[in-house]
Amino acid sequence: MTGGGSGGLVVDAEVRRGDFTLAVGLAAASGRVVGVLGPNGSGKSTLLSAVAGLTPVSAGRITLAGEVMDDAGAGTFVEASERPVGFVFQNYRLFPHLTVAENVAFSPRARGRGRRAARAAADYWLDRLALSSLADRKPDQLSGGQAQRVALARALAGQPALLLLDEPLSALDAGARLDVQGELKRHLAEFTGPCLLVTHDPIEALVLADQLIVLEGGRIVQEGSPAQVARQPATDYVAKLVGLNLYPGRADGSRITLTAGGSFVIPDQGQHGEVLAAVRPSAIVVSSQRPDSGSARNTWPAKVTGLTLLADRVRLEADGQPPALVDVTPAAVAELSLSPGSQVWLSVKATELEVYTRTDGQRNQG
Amino acid sequence: MVTRTAPSHLTAQERARRAARGGASRSVPAPLLAPALIAVAFLLLPLAGLLIRAPWGHMAAALSGTDATQALILSLWTASISTAVSLLIGVPLAWVLARTTFPGQRLLRALVTLPLVLPPVVGGVALLLAFSRVGFVGRYLDDWFGLTIPFTPLAVIMAETFVAMPFLVITVEGALRSADQGYEEAAATLGAKRMTVFRRVTVPLIAPSLGAGAVLCWARALGEFGATITFAGSFPGQTETMPIAVYYALETDPNAAIALSLVLLLVSVVVLVSLRDQWLRGGSVS
Repeated sequence: MTGGGSGGLVVDAEVRRGDFTLAVGLAAASGRVVGVLGPNGSGKSTLLSAVAGLTPVSAGRITLAGEVMDDAGAGTFVEASERPVGFVFQNYRLFPHLTVAENVAFSPRARGRGRRAARAAADYWLDRLALSSLADRKPDQLSGGQAQRVALARALAGQPALLLLDEPLSALDAGARLDVQGELKRHLAEFTGPCLLVTHDPIEALVLADQLIVLEGGRIVQEGSPAQVARQPATDYVAKLVGLNLYPGRADGSRITLTAGGSFVIPDQGQHGEVLAAVRPSAIVVSSQRPDSGSARNTWPAKVTGLTLLADRVRLEADGQPPALVDVTPAAVAELSLSPGSQVWLSVKATELEVYTRTDGQRNQG
Repeated sequence: MVTRTAPSHLTAQERARRAARGGASRSVPAPLLAPALIAVAFLLLPLAGLLIRAPWGHMAAALSGTDATQALILSLWTASISTAVSLLIGVPLAWVLARTTFPGQRLLRALVTLPLVLPPVVGGVALLLAFSRVGFVGRYLDDWFGLTIPFTPLAVIMAETFVAMPFLVITVEGALRSADQGYEEAAATLGAKRMTVFRRVTVPLIAPSLGAGAVLCWARALGEFGATITFAGSFPGQTETMPIAVYYALETDPNAAIALSLVLLLVSVVVLVSLRDQWLRGGSVS
């Protein structure tokens, strides 16, 4: 693991909860936002809970800025209230009986500052997050976006060395989400410590994170830059999130034999062995007759099994060897008179295929 | 086979009601209606009797002829102190029962709530056995501090607390169990130690239930009779509380007994009204 750095977070631990085991190794450097992406039940929240000290690890250790927070082997454990951690919860958990200002002053006060000093710290953060005009409101008088900002201010007012965000935007309606997302990105950029951001929304992860970790079933199945994860998804889950067709198979120079049936011609880059091929749904062309198949084009017959209207296009589910999601224009649907059951030909240029090596961690998921 | 329908008459008013609220017939079947009416009569007639027989014209006279004022004052302050004591020691007990686990916890919960179902006079006997001058605790209190508890106002407070505190404990424990512990977790991540969390988050969040429990506890203490008369006796001005005064007045001066009862009834109605949001609607913490 790298990136532990001077103020960084290093997690190399297992957390067991009943039948579920979370086993992760990750490092987040100061000033970096690490996005943790995964489906429900993948262990994202358990990870945050362990880092915050709300759940002790069963094995391994967690260190922050070189200091041990939790070490199952040595028996060391720093209580949640003693960890320099700011936690923005999924539903914010703003104290309903306290005003916005009192919520934000809570942490400085709990960490031993006097009433006046705590209020001054709160005023500073309220001002910074443009919340001063809401200082005397109760949480139930706030909009979703405002509550999100208050939760962030409350977490930051404790001067944490590490920031944890659990699905920070999921409680917002779609309209507010974009605004708040931009704002949040700005505030995260100003935060000097490491930040762990849990989400199941790929857009949120791609926009906010500098580095992504994909969790599935309690294990890390992929990590890398957001661009890399979006272009070369390692599992079906990620491929679905970023809207790509993903085909595992065996490469042999200029050809892949697909596990799901069929084969693809690819640009020969000397790849051999287990690979993944990713294809954008819009890169696949639909026609009613068999198209001219040049050497650099893959064509195969398929049956349309479903049509879904997306914003400005129609997504076809096509069953063939291999099956595929294909995006076409509504006009094309009419022209080809496509409906469930239609027999069509699919084709995709070899150069539209993103082919990359499968790693061990990914094969387990296959 | 032809099924014959049996039409009944539906007034325009009933039609409108059903249309507005939906649902089928709202009529109550006779086998349910009759017992329900009997129950209502049984509960309300005695109270009506109290109101009818009340010496409305000379209420002040009826009350002044007795130790009523003394008894009322004694009842009010002893009930208030026993409520304060219950809050002071009962709320921490509720927290321990709700938020921790230890061996024998279920048994302990059963034991501390036993006074809810125990006949109060048995509680009085038990208190007497423990705290009388020869009791296994009272003996030492007497030897070491010269403190004699039975038949003093302190005994009244102890009897009332013994009987009433469990009401507070179970109300608060239930509220603590159903309260969202996410807020307490949030407080911990903000640097609050457990006692701070309790003081600044837990207690404010369960405040409505705390209030309801306290009112319930106070009302129970105010009405306490059996344990009090057994453990504290009935010395006017010292240990003769309102319920005891009513009991004795009934023998000597029925008008005074009725007047005193009306005062207690009034207090009960006030308690009921103040509880209506929290308790009668099965209120829970927000």
